[in-house]
Amino acid sequence: MLAGAGLVFVALLVGFVVDLVVQARPAFAHFGVGFITGTQWNPVTGHYGALPFIVGTLETTLIAMVLAIPIGLGAALALSHLLPPRTRVVLGGAVELLAAIPSVVYGLWGLLVLAPFTRSVIEPAVAFVFGHAGPGSGAEIGIGLLLAGLILAIMVLPTMVAISRDVLAAVPADQVEGALALGATRGQVLWRVVVPHARAGLLGAVTLATGRALGETIAVTMVIGNTPAFAHSLFDTGATMSSIIANQFTEATEPFHLASLIAIAVLLLVVTALVNVAARLLVRSVGRSRAAIALA
Amino acid sequence: MSVLSLDPILSRRAEVQRIAEGSLRRRQRRSRIALALCVACILVALVPLVAVVAYTVERGAQSWSVDFFAHLPTPAGISGGGIWNSIVGSLIIDAIAAAAAVPLGFLIGLFLAQADGRIAGGIRFAADVLSGVPSITVGIFAYGVLVTTLHHFSAIAGSFGIGLIMLPVIIRSSETAIRTVPVDLSEAALSLGAKNATIARRVVLPAALPGLVTGMLLAVARGAGESAPLLFTAIGSQYLTLSPFQPMAAMPLTIYLDGIQAFSDLQRVAWGTGLLLVVIVLLLSITSRLVTSRLGRTRR
Repeated sequence: MLAGAGLVFVALLVGFVVDLVVQARPAFAHFGVGFITGTQWNPVTGHYGALPFIVGTLETTLIAMVLAIPIGLGAALALSHLLPPRTRVVLGGAVELLAAIPSVVYGLWGLLVLAPFTRSVIEPAVAFVFGHAGPGSGAEIGIGLLLAGLILAIMVLPTMVAISRDVLAAVPADQVEGALALGATRGQVLWRVVVPHARAGLLGAVTLATGRALGETIAVTMVIGNTPAFAHSLFDTGATMSSIIANQFTEATEPFHLASLIAIAVLLLVVTALVNVAARLLVRSVGRSRAAIALA
Repeated sequence: MSVLSLDPILSRRAEVQRIAEGSLRRRQRRSRIALALCVACILVALVPLVAVVAYTVERGAQSWSVDFFAHLPTPAGISGGGIWNSIVGSLIIDAIAAAAAVPLGFLIGLFLAQADGRIAGGIRFAADVLSGVPSITVGIFAYGVLVTTLHHFSAIAGSFGIGLIMLPVIIRSSETAIRTVPVDLSEAALSLGAKNATIARRVVLPAALPGLVTGMLLAVARGAGESAPLLFTAIGSQYLTLSPFQPMAAMPLTIYLDGIQAFSDLQRVAWGTGLLLVVIVLLLSITSRLVTSRLGRTRR
């Protein structure tokens, strides 16, 4: 009976992959590799190329991780080694609870609160830094690539912080004490002893957060603007692999359109599965983190 | 002074001490800056996260009223709409999902806790990977299995997707809960002549129960907040539907569909629903935490 339950699970997973591939087959069969390299996405003319969304996913994830990695690492160091024990427990608990907030709520806040703030404060500042050219050009409208990246950064932070904190706290105390005894300052201990010792686990936390950012759907769909083309600047609207599916799936009446959307899902599934496997191997190599289980 | 400068060893020592003191001051200054930056990071991280909660509470509370919970939605432009159908819909969808995922996940967790072979390792790894799979792809799977075959959108397809999201959480927590039951307990029961089935039912299960409950609560919290798997399965509805084979409203869907509209009435509905969802999810998470900490105390 127990082995039977295991079998049901395996059957579900196999069915998952097979079902998606079968549904996506018409698109892959018709467009071949051109599906991945194609830059046109036009249901009217029947052209389906996924490159704009692949690039959009990479860009938003990059923005998110550039912001979330340093802030998350600093916060995790503070939570694991710097703050007084009671503060650690309170703030650490708060961060873990915030990880449980549904992504649609982040999306709502992003669209109705952060978007106006981005338009009036963040985008003018970014435009000033880039001299109103290149990534900082274009109309400042709030929604778009930059806002999607910001929301993703905020959403992955709790995961980043909670897992990094567990990994950093697991660094043996004698390593820390040894370094202190040699006359290292607390800052040196953190940077030269604690972080290097925990680097595999930290990399795992980053990879896991990256996986979440790559696959996040509903919040991004609400704030990115859903234009099925490349974004030309940080302020331009665009789409990611998951957001184009969420945005167009129910209106896809033409069979190729539907199959192409599902083909994007297959690509997304492959990428996130690879990222997750890497993350699990890294986090596992430093022992199982409590937060990794709770948050996973 | 003159003696000191003549003695090479003493003058060397003074030199080293001078350099060390300078270095110490420099290193401590750097250390203090680094530590301050770390503490600043946690503040920067908490500001937007707290802001999300604060805004949801502030905006959401404004739209809360008895009518808001008890009424059905009104067409755009007419105020006074409620979310009764979304509340009922979420309850039905999540209850069906949990009814399927909890027993299955528990059995798989039990299997993993007892088996240590290659198959168990593979299933464990697969459960980990499944928990990181984008929820939108799970929605497409549910669409392929239950929408294309039944030829219409239905709540049951949504339950299927939500159940798949819950499953890895339940598997993981069940395995951990069962594994952390001390072996002494089972051995003591065995020495008293208890059968394996008796030990499982009377010794292991009660001891593992808090952990199992924790996992179940976490899984329901996770599933209740998901919207992507419902987008093209349950799809949403303006009406109160009770049949799982009909399209059905759900709270996450309402937040998404009303939140992206330009009507302030609908946005108010979205905030109100968001607050209710956040309250439910946080209550589930906090309860699961309390159950776990009680378990920890009785262990010690």
